[in-house]
Amino acid sequence: MATVAERQRELRNVACIVGVDESDQIGTLPNVSQLSLHLEAISNAVRDAGLKVGDVDGIFTAGQHSPATLGEALGVKPRYVDGTTVGGCSFIIMVGHAVAALHHGLCDVAVVSHGESGRSGTGVTRTRDTALSGQFEFPYGFGGATSYFGMITTRHMHEYGTTLEQWAQVAVSTRKWAALNPKARFRDPITVADVLASRPVSYPFNLLNICLVTDAGGAVVLTRADRAKDCAKAPVYVRGFGEATEHVMVTQMDNLAVSAATRLAGERAFSMAGVSAKDFNHVMLYDAFTSGPPIMLESLGIAKPGEGVQFFTEGRSTPGGRLPINTNGGGLSYTHSGMYGIFPIIEATRQLRGECGARQVPGATCSLVNGMGGMLSAAGTLVLANRT
Amino acid sequence: MDVDRPLPSPITPEAKPFWDGCRALKLMLPRCEECGHVFFYPRILCPRCHSRRVGWMQASGRGTLHSFEIAHQAFQKAWKIKPPYVLAMVQLEEGPRMMSNLINVEPSPKAIKCDMPVEVVFTKVSDDVTLPLFQPRR
Repeated sequence: MATVAERQRELRNVACIVGVDESDQIGTLPNVSQLSLHLEAISNAVRDAGLKVGDVDGIFTAGQHSPATLGEALGVKPRYVDGTTVGGCSFIIMVGHAVAALHHGLCDVAVVSHGESGRSGTGVTRTRDTALSGQFEFPYGFGGATSYFGMITTRHMHEYGTTLEQWAQVAVSTRKWAALNPKARFRDPITVADVLASRPVSYPFNLLNICLVTDAGGAVVLTRADRAKDCAKAPVYVRGFGEATEHVMVTQMDNLAVSAATRLAGERAFSMAGVSAKDFNHVMLYDAFTSGPPIMLESLGIAKPGEGVQFFTEGRSTPGGRLPINTNGGGLSYTHSGMYGIFPIIEATRQLRGECGARQVPGATCSLVNGMGGMLSAAGTLVLANRT
Repeated sequence: MDVDRPLPSPITPEAKPFWDGCRALKLMLPRCEECGHVFFYPRILCPRCHSRRVGWMQASGRGTLHSFEIAHQAFQKAWKIKPPYVLAMVQLEEGPRMMSNLINVEPSPKAIKCDMPVEVVFTKVSDDVTLPLFQPRR
């Protein structure tokens, strides 16, 4: 009998991303509700695919709105819904779920949607499960991602000797890409000294080590490869996907300096796609904090333990570098509404289509998308390519 | 008494022996009676061997500072303690890790190092709640 990995390999290249887009605007949008951010992104992404909203029969979304809410608002009665919510990488994970659903004939046109009024809180009801954090983290002052991700970061510095200057280089590299993206929130160049001189939030993080807080929506439309040929733009094949979860609270990690969820998701996606690190010529990594992308490169096996940051300090990640990373300007400089995971998928798709203008990576054929949920708690990995 | 931080809430039934222990100035940890695994947070099943036979043991209160942050702002509305203060992840001698604060130390990366020895200091924060905080081991 075939193993799970062998059976998953049968899903390679069976479905494609055919439409992507953001909400009409991203940034500070007090006059746009969270639900409207979803609906703008969906209608824009469906149009990008050359399809109609009425064609959508699979709805995938994470966060505060259920897929039923989106179906109701769109006036669509979906055949298939998925509300998996394991943090900001949920949308990356859902691309895999959508491929499986499309392959098995459970829907024809799947949309993965994100909308979050993270900055303005317009049309937002805040609810959170606090039974564990409320007992074992909040009484000591923890709360918010910065107070947890710093724990991972400080430990990494202790184990590998990583420095504040090296983390700062991640922000500098990402800003160079943002300068080339008209949609990015911050586009002025920054230096390592600027990062180190920015307001201390919680050691080891100053303000410029931490992602933006914005309002934004984004959506991704998928369909089966045979149908994708009839869509408006060149298809982007989902060659591999993987997902995993390890923990919710960071005390429960096997090893703070390595993400087990990221390692597992990556292994599953690379195995399905039949690729290794050398096959990627474009990389998108969820950057809620400057330390995230280097730790992900290490956890994915692309960098040796402790050496992920060298991709940024040696110029490999920057415009013109050998392995461009976070070419939209990332959560650090482009946009970060809270659950950022939809945006690296959108950027990878645009790069593989060759639509990126000044920031276009020449000859991009195979892109890695990797995101985390929570504090490296969950992970989703995609291998996307513009040919089979 | 004036409460200057969020109190543990909601206290779950399976964690009550831990909180009762803190009030009695004892650091109580769940221990699997099948495989001996000591773990934290409290739950009704051993996360290593998945046995449902879970008991309790009193910990030494000694450990090391596994990781830390030095916070320059509050991350909770109910947090009234003036920054900077130290967010701490403690590696207990018995095996599990727990979150806490490191107190009685200069809040500076010069004075605070990962893996430094720490010990528990039970600190009464309200009439009903005592928290296990930690300080550099003396």
